[in-house]
Amino acid sequence: MPVTAEKGFDVEKLRSDFPLLQTAMNGKPIAFLDSAASSQKPSAVLEAMDTYYREKHANVHRGVYQLSQDATAAYEKARELVREFINAPSSHEVIFVRGCTEGINLVAATFGRRFLDADSEVLISAMEHHSNIVPWQMACEDKGAKLKVIPINDEGELLMDEFERLLTDKVKIVALTHVSNTLGTVNPIHEVVEKAHAKGIPVLVDGAQAIPHMQVDVQELDVDFYAFSGHKMFGPTGIGVLFGKEKWLNALPPYQGGGEMIETVTFEKTTYNELPHKFEAGTPDIAGAIGLGAAIEYIQSIGYENIHAYEMDLLHYATRQLQQVEGIRFIGTARDKASVISFLVEGFHPYDLGTILDKLGIAVRTGHHCTQPLMERFCIPGTVRASLAFYNNRTDIDRLVEGVKRAVAMLR
Amino acid sequence: MSINEIQDEIIDEFALFSDWMEKYEYIIDLGKNLPLIEEQYKDEDHLIKGCQSRVWLHAGLEGDKVVFTADSDAVITKGIIALLIRVLSNQPAEDVAQSDLYFIDKIGLKEHLSPTRSNGLVSMVKQMKMYGLALHAKN
Ligand SMILES: Cc1ncc(COP(=O)(O)O)c(C=O)c1O
Repeated sequence: MPVTAEKGFDVEKLRSDFPLLQTAMNGKPIAFLDSAASSQKPSAVLEAMDTYYREKHANVHRGVYQLSQDATAAYEKARELVREFINAPSSHEVIFVRGCTEGINLVAATFGRRFLDADSEVLISAMEHHSNIVPWQMACEDKGAKLKVIPINDEGELLMDEFERLLTDKVKIVALTHVSNTLGTVNPIHEVVEKAHAKGIPVLVDGAQAIPHMQVDVQELDVDFYAFSGHKMFGPTGIGVLFGKEKWLNALPPYQGGGEMIETVTFEKTTYNELPHKFEAGTPDIAGAIGLGAAIEYIQSIGYENIHAYEMDLLHYATRQLQQVEGIRFIGTARDKASVISFLVEGFHPYDLGTILDKLGIAVRTGHHCTQPLMERFCIPGTVRASLAFYNNRTDIDRLVEGVKRAVAMLR
Repeated sequence: MSINEIQDEIIDEFALFSDWMEKYEYIIDLGKNLPLIEEQYKDEDHLIKGCQSRVWLHAGLEGDKVVFTADSDAVITKGIIALLIRVLSNQPAEDVAQSDLYFIDKIGLKEHLSPTRSNGLVSMVKQMKMYGLALHAKN
């Protein structure tokens, strides 16, 4: 039966918006199943950036001349698009960063400097990406603070009673992923935020894997910080967003020093610019922000409801089809899951499977997916991960299933 | 046979394969038949960590020749190890240290020896040459 997403959703038409999906890999049309690592870009994004560089480029917030004013306006318009997209109360709570990693580092470093001490704890989960582990480890190390980890069950879901037990008065901040890049688990952010706020503890959410799949409303979630990358949501690399509640952003010291982030500079003392500029030292990724704005408009033209319905259908189809493979074991079987499928085939190494799939033109990721502690939790060397975007179709899935079967036959 | 004679022999053998499937089937077979490293050497000290696959390597000296044994948890990695061992094992230490492994490129497996692949093979080759150098110096 063909996919019955909301009407108006035509996957083949959407695929034609993505030039890369028309290319080949190892002589075969590409089946791109690695969007969780980085998504492909629609022409609308490429064109917005191209036009910007060809016709509108100048540095922002500096020149009095028309071109610079226009570039500034375009850059700030992108910020406003992001604000509306995540429903932030104010556009000065939207900080442009290099990506999710930089957003988290910004908070970990500055929050650590201001609020951590030898007595404090930072609470993360067992399914975090290295990007939401290492910055906190570094911040804790600096102050002699402790990093505590919320454990998960065999399905890959947070153990909420353990979370409550770990949420002591020593905890200064909770940093948690919205969606796991390895397991696909969608975490109960509402509940986590509610429990943390009841104790006056702020929550940072790593939204890298949520933003490509679901509507995120930072006010409704009531998160204190929310970070994500442009390149995973059909936008360019090199740009990302850190949302922070004004009261927190004002309470944090600046992260990097330089141009843009200052108000006045003398050799004796510098006073800092207001939000968001206080956290945007140096010339920003103007073209990236404009590309991100175009990506947001592109997503909105499809609609998250359509995206979600279609992806869930494809996820279930893929899971069902893969179940035909003898010895397959899924890693990450949470009830609430995004379109990420991690698996192993009994007796076969993920690297071998990935190598043969590559030869067949199928792009999947193999390995630990930057979640080594999680791999240890499951006692496995890594997984094969197929991550689906709305531009994947059933042909991609069928090729994956056939490919895995063929790889197994060759490796047996 | 010298290192380069073996490399040329392998290049000739691979010329017979008509597609990637045959080539990989052969490598997978090699991987399955590789004489394993002795269990005692499959430890942390002999482990070369790649983030995709793991490799264990041991080197010993027989007369003036270096003898390598190795293993990997991934079969394709292991198959390529088998080729590397065929080329470099039982060769004079000095020749191992100075070897230029051109055959990998010629048989179209260069991608497996790229640092970004992170399968432990690049480090393994480096390690093999270092053993050659060290054992040569010791002699
Ligand atoms: C859950 C999660 N967090 C953070 C990141 C880091 O994103 P970036 O490398 O774009 O900064 C990733 C990327 O793989 C991710 O999956």
